[in-house]
Amino acid sequence: MKFEVNGSPVEVTPTPGQVLRSLLRDLEHFDVKKGCDAGDCGACSVLLDGAPVHSCIYPAHRLDGASVTTVAGLGMPEAPHPLQQAFVAAGGFQCGFCTAGMIVTASTFSAADRQDLPRLLKGNLCRCTGYRSIEDAICGVANTEIAPIGDAAGRSVAPPAALRVVTGREPYTLDLHTTALLHVAVLGSPLAHARIVSIDTGPALALPGVHAILDYRDSPATLFSTGRHEHRTDDPDDTLVFDRVLRFRNQRVAAVVADSVAIATLALDAIVVEYEELPAVFDPHIARSPGAPLLHAEKGPQSRIAAPQRNTVAEFHGETGDVEAAIAAADAVVTGVWRTQRVNHAALETHAARGWLDAVGRLVIRTSSQVPFLVRDELCHIFGLRKDAVRVFTARVGGGFGGKQELFTEDLVALAVRATGRPVQYEFTRVDEFTRASPRHPMRVEVTLAAASDGTLTAMVIDQLMDTGAYGNHGIGVLYHSIHESISVYRCANKRVDAQSVYTNNLPSGAFRGYGLGQVIYAIESAMDELARKLHIDPFELRRRNVIVPGDTMVVTDPHVESDLGIESYGLDQCLDLVEKALARVDARPGTPAGFRLGTGMAIAMIATLPPNGHFAEATVTLLEDGRYEIAVGTAEFGNGTTTVHAQLVATALGTTVERISIKQSDTDVAAYDTGAFGSAGVVVAGKALLAAAHDLAAQIAVEGSIPGLVGHGANDGTPRSVSFNVHAFRVAVQPETGEVRILQSIQAADAGTVLNPEQLRGQIEGGTAQAIGTALYEEMTMDGEGRVLTTAFRNYHVPQFADVPRTEVYFADTHDDLGPLGAKSMSEAPYNPVAPALANAIRDAMGVRSYELPMSRDRLWRLANS
Amino acid sequence: MDLIAVQSVRVARSRSDLALAPGEAVIGGGTWLYSEEQAHVTGIVDLLGMPWQPVTRSADALTLAATCTIQTLRDLPDSPLFLQCADSLLASWKIQRVATVGGNIALSLPAGSMTSLAVALDATLVLWTATAERRVPAADFVTGVQSNVLEPGEVIRAIEIPLESLGSSGFRRIALSPLGRTGTLVIARPGLFTISGGTHRPHQLRFEHWPSAHALAAAVDAIDDWYDDAHGSPDWRQAMSRRFALELLEELA
Repeated sequence: MKFEVNGSPVEVTPTPGQVLRSLLRDLEHFDVKKGCDAGDCGACSVLLDGAPVHSCIYPAHRLDGASVTTVAGLGMPEAPHPLQQAFVAAGGFQCGFCTAGMIVTASTFSAADRQDLPRLLKGNLCRCTGYRSIEDAICGVANTEIAPIGDAAGRSVAPPAALRVVTGREPYTLDLHTTALLHVAVLGSPLAHARIVSIDTGPALALPGVHAILDYRDSPATLFSTGRHEHRTDDPDDTLVFDRVLRFRNQRVAAVVADSVAIATLALDAIVVEYEELPAVFDPHIARSPGAPLLHAEKGPQSRIAAPQRNTVAEFHGETGDVEAAIAAADAVVTGVWRTQRVNHAALETHAARGWLDAVGRLVIRTSSQVPFLVRDELCHIFGLRKDAVRVFTARVGGGFGGKQELFTEDLVALAVRATGRPVQYEFTRVDEFTRASPRHPMRVEVTLAAASDGTLTAMVIDQLMDTGAYGNHGIGVLYHSIHESISVYRCANKRVDAQSVYTNNLPSGAFRGYGLGQVIYAIESAMDELARKLHIDPFELRRRNVIVPGDTMVVTDPHVESDLGIESYGLDQCLDLVEKALARVDARPGTPAGFRLGTGMAIAMIATLPPNGHFAEATVTLLEDGRYEIAVGTAEFGNGTTTVHAQLVATALGTTVERISIKQSDTDVAAYDTGAFGSAGVVVAGKALLAAAHDLAAQIAVEGSIPGLVGHGANDGTPRSVSFNVHAFRVAVQPETGEVRILQSIQAADAGTVLNPEQLRGQIEGGTAQAIGTALYEEMTMDGEGRVLTTAFRNYHVPQFADVPRTEVYFADTHDDLGPLGAKSMSEAPYNPVAPALANAIRDAMGVRSYELPMSRDRLWRLANS
Repeated sequence: MDLIAVQSVRVARSRSDLALAPGEAVIGGGTWLYSEEQAHVTGIVDLLGMPWQPVTRSADALTLAATCTIQTLRDLPDSPLFLQCADSLLASWKIQRVATVGGNIALSLPAGSMTSLAVALDATLVLWTATAERRVPAADFVTGVQSNVLEPGEVIRAIEIPLESLGSSGFRRIALSPLGRTGTLVIARPGLFTISGGTHRPHQLRFEHWPSAHALAAAVDAIDDWYDDAHGSPDWRQAMSRRFALELLEELA
């Protein structure tokens, strides 16, 4: 068959059943992305004879004589298409994985089509931006700027990779050719809890094109956790590469390594497994109760599971003051139980890794990770390798949101490479993302608040139960984080907190933007709203009377605990004022649509500027022969925008422009160390290390002159830490007869310290808001109660579309934090956290009755209004 | 996605090509078949090679070939329902350029709005095998979720819409999000209310004249196969259907 791609003729025979997307990628058009492989997300969009199609569902056998144009065919970095230029100018992407399909699709829009974007972009999902900047790009609004020499920090410069991203030239994890590559397909457990009695892999191994089959007999015996932290002891050692005991449906049973994904997948049917089914438990309350089936009872204290005999991976119980007495003496008491659902990260690039042995026999892994150094260290631990025997790196990564602070593919690729000696790739499908990756922890949070008539909080009682699923990845850290800044933001003499993180035979939960805080903040801020109603005190005012202020100690339940966390800067007061003022603005008050009721609501959130227990970065800045500078830093770029800020910091310190900075990053060969991009640490840890390296280089140049090859070194240990604040408010209209919610006004103020890149910061806040609107109104991974995930595609799991997301008014507090680089604080998880409770409080105001569970879907709100 | 079990693809160009071998599946646009794993499909027969005029008109009917794209239907001026039903699909406009009217009906999903349209307009479906033809009312075609009256080896050839159905109509739809997959879809024409999207199969509520509100509500409430999935709960779907039916009664009667 003959057709054209970007004007060049190709002659190829597609395999029967092949789609255009995979054919184009076989032809090394790596600018065509796989987002969902099901026609739902649009990342794979290309022009076919001038009109856009979702290439992942277009049959390749129809291509004879066709002309295909990909985003790379629209323009190149030296001569971009006007729309590509517009996406750079607007700052119209973050991770950039949706951008190719977005630009290809929008390249066909007329001026009149700009009025119809909700419909026309229905088939193009973006998980990062919240769509405002995409609309700006399509409508020709410019938001980025060229910074003057030595004055980059504080300006909205575009990401260094911007032109490459918009023209499809920036490679992501799998966007490269590897000769003689083998592929992995995984057999998943059909049972929620079982022991493998026997496996017969002989017939499958005999199939043509199959190179190896791996199962528990091939697995290293070293227990580990897929969750990754600076200290590996922060997570329980409860996981094996392959385990003979299966604790959730679709857990790895065996893997086929073959010449193609198709051969590997078809060979799975030939593996014969006999299982002994074990009793299973799916409700975390039952799981922690006596008599429940136990998941990890055989594991000893070296696994660091709090109470294996109660399925409890972690728990916290504490009290300060006298809660019962305070409640008895209070003028007002509110209590309630709030529930949150499983939320999928829905990063558009699925988890994937490709590994090989380099010329000297080192194991090399290219992976879609937020934490390449932690992956390397854990692979060394699992396989008993020295650090210099393993290299791990990332290219640009297509979205993270916490979901890539895990070891989901790299261990299996390492095992397969070592077994075959060949390059091996393991790529998650979108179904895998829903059934093998770890969603946000579902929680049940009971809150009781007591107060005096003047609004002074006198008691806080929190009882939190979280379903960590079959394995404890992040099941400890999320528990402790969930009950920290959510509670310690309030001054209150009497507090009691109980929290348990419990194993079940459900899909394991994991790290998600906000790391547990959002679930508990949803409950507490909802309860605060009820308290304000009961006391007839304005909700802004009730916060002002009770939040911590500079000089206060942050207390969960122990006022004397040693901590490196302090209020180094404080902008919560400004955030409250900014949001209150915006909400009161008369021009923002629309009329009430017929059949709807209006309401307003607000909520606050506090978050530490980075994770506890140490977060480390070592970075260098080198003066090059041509007078340019080269950064070497360990931080991965996945839409966090850290790389942009790193270039800005170094350019400012060295009195140059960002265009004269080249960047090497996220590679264990390039930088000495970086804990990784999680807990919002990319700017405040690695950024500070780079700033120190730039200052070191400047000092050397001052003494020795501009000698090429001079290297400045910098390091940061991530302590002490400060706090950031966010306040969100909504004005909504709710139609009780249908459950429909219309967001009429959305406002967020952020205390991020010095704003290093206003457009990027705005984008993080808008993106966090959009993701949280998804959590609050739409998204829900439903389970059948026996461990099966029922929502395994975007068509059944509603990631917000263009039509779903309002414009958010974004305001910045004017603060400076001495701990951060140039006074900046982190701001990537934080904007997500206050949104769901603010929306819940607004809906409560409109409806006159409160919803206690997420998502506040139309059917639930309708039922609430009519019950 | 690549359909890895598929070993052969052939393009049907004449009626005799419609005879299927074991494991073969027919596609119109193919936009659904290629969107999910198809472990049991070993061969594909592409209907887009059939020499079928997308749209033909006679004195009493507007006939759509099964392979007429949804975009083509959307652009026809004959009824506002064409655009309303096309835009009710979860699939993007890019997919509507490839997906076919017959394919959407043959898929027989509750949210298949081409089924809603055909049933609401009292269309007749022409079904073909390589050698035989039969005609069934669209209202009798879908029997359940992804289940219909097609026999093995039988395809939809055409959708015949009586011109007399193309008069005044009313349309209501709701999903859990502004442009989400259909929760329920109600179409009214004089004497006929069609409830679909929120039920396992479409329901025609037919009356000799405009019914009373009470009779209409009772007819909606008599439906007993409300669908339960990620796109809405059965009780909400029932309530929205009743609400929309009554709104349309007030609007049209």
